Amino acid sequence: METILEAKGISKFFHIPDEVQVLDNVSFSMNKGEFVSIMGKSGCGKSTLLYILSTMDTDYSGELFIDQKLITGQSPNALAHIRNANIGFVFQFHYLLAEFTVLENVMLPAKKLGLKSFKEIEHDAMEKLRILGIEDQALKLSSRISGGQKQRVAIARALINHPTIIMGDEPTGNLDSKNANVVFDIFKQLTAENNLSLLVVTHDEDFAKRTDRIIQMGDGRILR
Amino acid sequence: MKLRLLLSISKTHLLSRKKQSITAAMGVMFGIGTYVIMMGFMEGLNGLLDGLILNRTPHIHLYNEVSPTAIQPIDRVSDYDQKIRFVNSIKPKKAQSKIHNALPIIDYLNRQSYVLGITPQVKVQSFYLGGSTQLNGVLIGADVEKEKSLYHLSDYILNGTVEDLTRTEKGVLLGAGVAKKLALKVGDYVQVTSKTGEIIALKIVGFFQSGMSDIDDVQSYVNLKMAQRIFGESKDYITDINIKLQDIEHAPEIAKSLSKKFAVTATDIQTANAQFETGSTVRTLISYAVSITLLIVAGFGIYNILNMLIFEKMNDIAILKATGFSGEDVQWIFMSQAIIIGLVGGFAGLCLGYGVSVIIDNTSFETPALPTIKTYPIDYSIKFYLIGVTFALISTFFAGWFPSRKALKIDPVDIIRGQ
Repeated sequence: METILEAKGISKFFHIPDEVQVLDNVSFSMNKGEFVSIMGKSGCGKSTLLYILSTMDTDYSGELFIDQKLITGQSPNALAHIRNANIGFVFQFHYLLAEFTVLENVMLPAKKLGLKSFKEIEHDAMEKLRILGIEDQALKLSSRISGGQKQRVAIARALINHPTIIMGDEPTGNLDSKNANVVFDIFKQLTAENNLSLLVVTHDEDFAKRTDRIIQMGDGRILR
Repeated sequence: MKLRLLLSISKTHLLSRKKQSITAAMGVMFGIGTYVIMMGFMEGLNGLLDGLILNRTPHIHLYNEVSPTAIQPIDRVSDYDQKIRFVNSIKPKKAQSKIHNALPIIDYLNRQSYVLGITPQVKVQSFYLGGSTQLNGVLIGADVEKEKSLYHLSDYILNGTVEDLTRTEKGVLLGAGVAKKLALKVGDYVQVTSKTGEIIALKIVGFFQSGMSDIDDVQSYVNLKMAQRIFGESKDYITDINIKLQDIEHAPEIAKSLSKKFAVTATDIQTANAQFETGSTVRTLISYAVSITLLIVAGFGIYNILNMLIFEKMNDIAILKATGFSGEDVQWIFMSQAIIIGLVGGFAGLCLGYGVSVIIDNTSFETPALPTIKTYPIDYSIKFYLIGVTFALISTFFAGWFPSRKALKIDPVDIIRGQ
């Protein structure tokens, strides 16, 4: 199996307000096509770990590899490019740009990547929206659609650049059980059909049980 | 492609909050507009006031000054060097008022490259006669065609033209004050007496009004040749030579050298009107101070609005950064908004400034000082428009720079974790 994400001895301290160790020598790896969930109590460091894995947080010790390339120590602009090209995000709160239409929200990361013409990008974005069943909402302002729809738009945006891995921070945490099931099914389908790798931080035990693997965290360490 | 993307984002930001964008642009517009109006009006007035004095004042004036001999006979006797000397009642030396060798001097000056033009004059003390009343006067015999081209004489002539004077035998452009006192109108004859007591009748072809009553009450213009003939003097009788230079800045040094060379008194314009330049400089300074203050206020307006915008857009900034936009990209999204506000506001300000300038330019402004001026003066110099736009761009650039630096430094993790 091909390793897509690998963390080696990652530790992190919060300095403010007091010196607290939030991550203590965390190591794990993830294979291509795997659907992994990270579980743990609030404050166990699971979200902090996700921000480090997503390259947004660079203040840590240890080494991080994505696609077998060392990420640790790269310049902020290089990291921005890695996030743009290789990582898709889905957050608990939907984080769409409220003043842009659904379609524009989905297109933005691809426009930033700049590999395709705007026409092709628009076609791709409509395709993603169609897969997620919300192509009829494409031209609405993203602030004018329902919560479940917003989360699906966020997933479409995460998919637009064909990332190597999708990361989710409580992607169903803000949804009712019906919408949560829809989102889970979409994730499951993506791993099955497109061989996508998924790493999801969640509180939701039902959700986690249905993933390929659960990483249990406690007090900044991986328990199992 | 990248720039187009960033611009399309900032365009959406600007358009989705039209009111604030327009307010910010209007701040710049009023700043620039006021600058253009103030500078145009001030410079216009400066030009008018300068013209009042400078245009009709020769850069160098050559004449013979009446003065006592500098070295008195007693100074030449060395016996009294160590003693205190008293000489009472020193009288000025008797000298003729005409410039010695005037024609060769004019010839010489005409050949100098620094000279723009020369007007010889004959100034004669005389009296205007009105019945039994005698009014003090000065008749100036001048080459009026040259006076017109060099000193804008025609700007100060009412009810007649310079050409009328050259055409009319024994014509006179009578001082407006004299005409009023003697109740004379164009076409009438005025009697003048010369020093020698001879009475001459001159035909009034127009009035001369400079705006300064001290001058208008005494001074009249006649033809140079006429003046020489009337007063029985020869062609080389010239009392004053007025010189206009190519470059006014060189007047003091040239005056000094001419004075030495030809043994005449030479006064330069800077010495004669020193207070004038100070006035212009101070006026310009004040208008710059006011306009720059306005532009800085406008700059703070933009700074405020962008600061608020960035505060409101924290989530957007976090999501842009999380999906791969670099800090510089985000900075330029906000910088470009500031620059667009500056450009739009600056351009609108120029239009506003030009519009109001045109209105002022057409507002009635009657002044006895300048009979030919009917409306307020405006200087439409392109310089002010260029400076205005440049300053608008610079101030909005800085007003955008600091808030957008803040956007660059925002850590997306802080925002996402904070929710």
